[in-house]
This record gives sequence, C-alpha cells and structure tokens, in this order.
Amino acid sequence: MSSSDMAITVRGLSKVYKIAHQGAHTTLGEAFMARLRHPFRRSGSSEQFWALRDVDFDVKQGEVIGVIGRNGAGKSTLLKILSRITEPTKGRIELFGRVGSLLEVGTGFHPELTGRENIFLNGSILGMRTREIERQFDAIVDFAGVEQFLDTPVKRYSSGMYVRLAFAVAAHLNPEILVVDEVLSVGDGEFQKKCLGKMKDVATSGRTVLFVSHNMAAVSNLCTSCIVMDAGKLSFQGPTDQGIDRYLSLNAPDKDQQRDMARFRPSWAKEFIIDARMLGPGGREQYNFPMGSDLTIEMSFRCPDNRQLRRPVMGVVINHTTLGVVGGVNMRMTGFELNDGPYASATLSCTLSHLPLLQGRYTVELWLGDGPEDVDCLINFLAFHIEPADVYGSGQTPFGHLGAIYLDPQWRVSSNRFESLPHHRVAMTHGQASALATTSES
Amino acid sequence: MMTTLTTPSPRLRLVIQPTRGWSALNLFDIWVFRDLLQSLAKRDVKLRYRQTALGVSWVIIQPLLAAGIFTFVFGSVAKLSSGSTPYFVFSYCGLLAWNLFSGTLTRSSTCLVQNSQLISKVYFPRLVLPLSTVFSALIDFAVGLGLMIVLMVKYRVAPGMGLILAPVCLLAIILMALGIGLYFAGLSASYRDVQYIVPVLTQLLLYASPIAYRLESVPARFLRIYQLNPLASLFETFRWATIRNGQVHWGFFIYALVCSVVVFIIGVIEFKRMERKFADVI
Repeated sequence: MSSSDMAITVRGLSKVYKIAHQGAHTTLGEAFMARLRHPFRRSGSSEQFWALRDVDFDVKQGEVIGVIGRNGAGKSTLLKILSRITEPTKGRIELFGRVGSLLEVGTGFHPELTGRENIFLNGSILGMRTREIERQFDAIVDFAGVEQFLDTPVKRYSSGMYVRLAFAVAAHLNPEILVVDEVLSVGDGEFQKKCLGKMKDVATSGRTVLFVSHNMAAVSNLCTSCIVMDAGKLSFQGPTDQGIDRYLSLNAPDKDQQRDMARFRPSWAKEFIIDARMLGPGGREQYNFPMGSDLTIEMSFRCPDNRQLRRPVMGVVINHTTLGVVGGVNMRMTGFELNDGPYASATLSCTLSHLPLLQGRYTVELWLGDGPEDVDCLINFLAFHIEPADVYGSGQTPFGHLGAIYLDPQWRVSSNRFESLPHHRVAMTHGQASALATTSES
Repeated sequence: MMTTLTTPSPRLRLVIQPTRGWSALNLFDIWVFRDLLQSLAKRDVKLRYRQTALGVSWVIIQPLLAAGIFTFVFGSVAKLSSGSTPYFVFSYCGLLAWNLFSGTLTRSSTCLVQNSQLISKVYFPRLVLPLSTVFSALIDFAVGLGLMIVLMVKYRVAPGMGLILAPVCLLAIILMALGIGLYFAGLSASYRDVQYIVPVLTQLLLYASPIAYRLESVPARFLRIYQLNPLASLFETFRWATIRNGQVHWGFFIYALVCSVVVFIIGVIEFKRMERKFADVI
C-alpha cells in the first residue's frame, strides 16, 4: 500500500478529558483563591476520562467509511479531532487532501442575515474562498430551492428551508476528504434522500467520506466499509455488514448493559423506563426468533420522585438494521387506552403475533408517553435476530434479500389453457379443468 | 507504511498532532482564511444596527452625544481647560481615538464567547475572530473621523506637520487594545468573569488617560507616574497631531510604542497558548 492512495492515516490517537470535581473553578475568583491557598498544587481534583485511546486506522482515497458506535463511544471526539476543532492528547493523524467537515448543519448561520448573506458567511466559515462561493452560488440556491427567499432574513425561513440551505452550502464545499456527522437526522424524508444522493455523488467522484451515523440503513447504503468504536477504542474495521453486526452485538442487552440504559436515551428523554426485554411465545426472555413467531416486547417504568403518569402509553418501532423503519405502533392509535392514573410504576407489554419479518437483525425503539406527551425513549436498546424458517411449508425459506417482511400470498389461477401455465406444480397430465395452485415463485 | 509516507505527495498534506510549548503562530493559516476575516467583519458591521430605528446614524450620534456630555460635565460644570481649542472639539478628538481603543478591546475580548457555537463546531484559526473585530471598530472610526474633519473646518482648527504621527498613534492604540483583548478573550473561554472585568477596566483607563482633560492639567509631581500609562502619551500625541493641542514627550511616546508592540505580542502568544482548549471548555 503506498501513501499516494491513502487519504487518512491515524496512529495512536488518544484524547483525555479532565472531568472536574469539587474544587474545580469556574470563576476567576475561585481559581485565584485556590492558587493563593495552595500555590504549588495543580488546581482542583479531576478525573481523567479517555474519550479515545490508542486508535489506529487507515482510510484509502475514495473510500466511504462509516463510523458507528454507541453514544459516548468516542465518535464525536474522533470527528472533532479530524476536523481540527480540538487537539489530540497523543497520537498523530495525517490527512492527504483538503478536509471539509460538517459537524452540524447551519453552523454560523445568523438569523438576522438574509439567505444570500448567509451563503457567503457560512461558506467562508466552512473554509471556502469567496470566489468559489460565487462560482457555486447558483448551484447552492438551486439545490436548496430557496430562490424567492434569497433576500429574506433566515429567521423568517421555515425550519425545512433553513436546513436545506445550510446543507446546500456544505454540500458544495467540494473537499477531497469530507467528514460528516449525523446531519441526515434533520429535515424531511424527501430532503434526506437528496442529501444521501449528494453524498453518494461525492463518494463516487473518488473523494473520501467519513460518515458518522446511528442510521444503519444510511451507513449500509453509503459506506464501503466501516469502523466500530466502543468505549474510546477501535473495536472493528472492515466490511460494512460485518461492522453493523459487530455494532449490534455490542448493543445486545445483557445484564451488564442494563445499567447503561442512559446511553440509548435521546437527550429529551427522562429516566422512567427501568427495564426492557423481549419474550418469546412461551414467555421466556429471548432475542432470537424464527420467522413468523409471536414476539413480546415488555417494558417496566417507575416514576422518579414526585412524578406520576396519568395515562401511560407504550409505543414500539421496529427497525431493520440496514433498511430502516419496518413499522411502529402505540397504544393510543390502536384504541387501547388505560384508565386515568395516576400510575407510579407499571409493566407494559406488546405482543406482535405472527410477525412477518424476514431473517436479519432488527432493533427496537421503545417509547413511553403520558397521553400524547413524550416521556422516555430507548433507541436501539433492544435488538433481536430473526432466523429463517419454512413459513410457507414448502420446504423453502423466503428470500432474505427481498426487503424486511415476507408476504403471505393467496395464488389463484383461472385459465383453460394449461399450456400457458407454469409446468411444474400444475399437474397437466391429469387434465384438471381448473387449477388452484399454490406455487412458490422461483 | 511509515517509510513510504516520506515519498512526496502532490496533494495537500496535513498533520494533526498535539502541539507542544509555544506552538508556531501559523500566520499562514490566517492568510488562507483571509476571506473569513472579511466575512466575519462584514457580518458584524451589517448586524450592528439591524432592527434599530436610527440605523447607521448611531455611528455618528454616539460619539456626538458622548462629546456633548463631556463638554457639559467637564467643560461647563468642572471648567476643565481645553487650551485654545473649543472644548467640544477637544473632547470629540479624544473620544474619537478612545472609541477606537475601547471598541477594539470590548469586541475582541467578547468575541469568543459570542461565537462559542462556531468554535465548538468548525475549525478555523481562532485568531481570525478577534482580528475581525478590528474592522468594525475601524469603520466606526472612519465615520467618526469624517465628522471630525467637519468639526475642524467649522471651528477652524488646522492640523500641522505633526499629522503624520497620527497613523502611528492609531496603530499603537489598535495593537494595545488587541493585545489586551486577546488575553481577555482567551481567559473568557474558561472564565466568564471577563465580561464584567473589561467594562470596569475600560472605565478606569478612560479616566486614567487624557481624554476629558489635558495632560498639562495633571499636577507636575504625578506627571511621571501618570505617563507610565502608555495610553496617556498615545492619546495625547494623537490630539497634538490632529488639532495641535497638547505636547509630545518623545521619551514617553517611544516607551508607549514599545509597550503596545510588547502587549500585542504577549496577547497573541497567550491567546495561542490558551487556544488549544477553547473547544473543550467554552
């Protein structure tokens, strides 16, 4: 491997954060007084936290590499170092080519400035020369679709327009190495598709992309290979499928990780859910199911001090790890309403009968609400596996690559012209006048 | 692997590793981001008077009001001498230079906190932020200077040959303000106390400098100590250069020039030293 086709080399990369405890100073006065009292002591007691520890990897030019891992695994720190926002404590990175990083959509956008002014401001913040922005201006406006509002302050934009414009500027940065963080989690579905498309363009034009996401569907769709981070260390580097499997096996709940539930909560969620598990038809905890099996998702919540839920609502979303959302349901939409509480704690469960999922890995998004209000949520905390099974009783299993669910068809043939019928399965020699045949198309 | 890395690559090569000790100033980086310097300055200027009824006229109204108040309080009530020049022109001239100083100091020392979102999300040479604030202070100065010329014509005050010293004074004033501002900006990332200290400090410096009064009015026995404040001779010399009011003590003037360069250099070095942890603590 020669250096000329390398885009990124990372060696021994480590980053330590000091977590300040009591005695840490946030005002000058405290710092000053502490210095007076203990002139030679390093100020405050602090604990070291290794956000990254001895990370090594290489990325070849033109590779689109996904970075996945749980919250707190070190992905964001890695990105911040790669985009030079913060310095590593140890180690060395070499980047070959111009780096563009997009850690947040719309950084530096100013609400009072117009769309046009923000394009120039944001472009130059992202490292573009004014001449470049001028050259790309029409393309940016076109991509964002905001022609009519170019001279309107962006504070009057809808949030969709705002995000579109912001992404459009960043998308036209044209760096040789693009570092992207979760930007696709914003905007509507249509626009997300457009963004993914744009990133694919970037990728196919031979540039290198480093893409951090929780969206396994996007990662498997875009990335040629991936890196799995776990607790500040590189836990895997290789083909995307294997990486995603690795990530999910890290995610598989076992007794140790029950305590780590917090990692699966989005920032708005409050800690209500205390336990979540999956049960098979016999009521035993299990995470591997044959196709078509009954599957029960159970969660228990306990309200924190002085809190009660008037009308607890359980919601479940099932995600295919690479294809995205398969479906979701909650109590309210099915008309299952609990009597007015208050409830301090309860165990809610949801049984899905004959779940028509194809083989593969799935994750569950658990939601707890109080009426329509969000209370708690665990994303990808539960994960399960569906094993192939002979659901049609035909001695064959459904094709695993045809989506996320299998269909349950009723075939019907009505014709007098047997010659045109598929020759297998239909017993032509017996000369039946009509044939009702169950075939498994092959 | 490591050996092949030494072969020259035609592409841009960037190495990221921990910087140690006095990291290189990396002025080239600022040159690369010169368009950002311009964009940020433009943004500041554009935003300053948005959603104000009087808009840009504030640039003129503010120093006029200040000079008016000075004229009333110090000229009419306290009856401070302004020599042969009308007190209004005298104090306006002092305030013109003063506003350049305090504008640069205030804006550069607060710019990091105001742009903390940028700092934690994008890379650019952090020095660009405080440097860009100089432009908006300079634009205020330019407008104020226009008005100064009008006043000088109206009151028939002519500058002398000394005028060539005025740009030197202004440069030194900017360097001094930036040097202090950079240091405070660096501190402000960790300690928000800075936003309370700076206004008090500027207030103090305003009265410790010959803005409202002439250097001559300072009692002779304090004069030496008084002029240890390098700002004193910078403002005095500026007024001498523009409206021929006051005197130049060459020794103290050169001392002030040296001070401003030293303060600026220390400011930059301290800023670069603290820069490493901006994104982590801000």
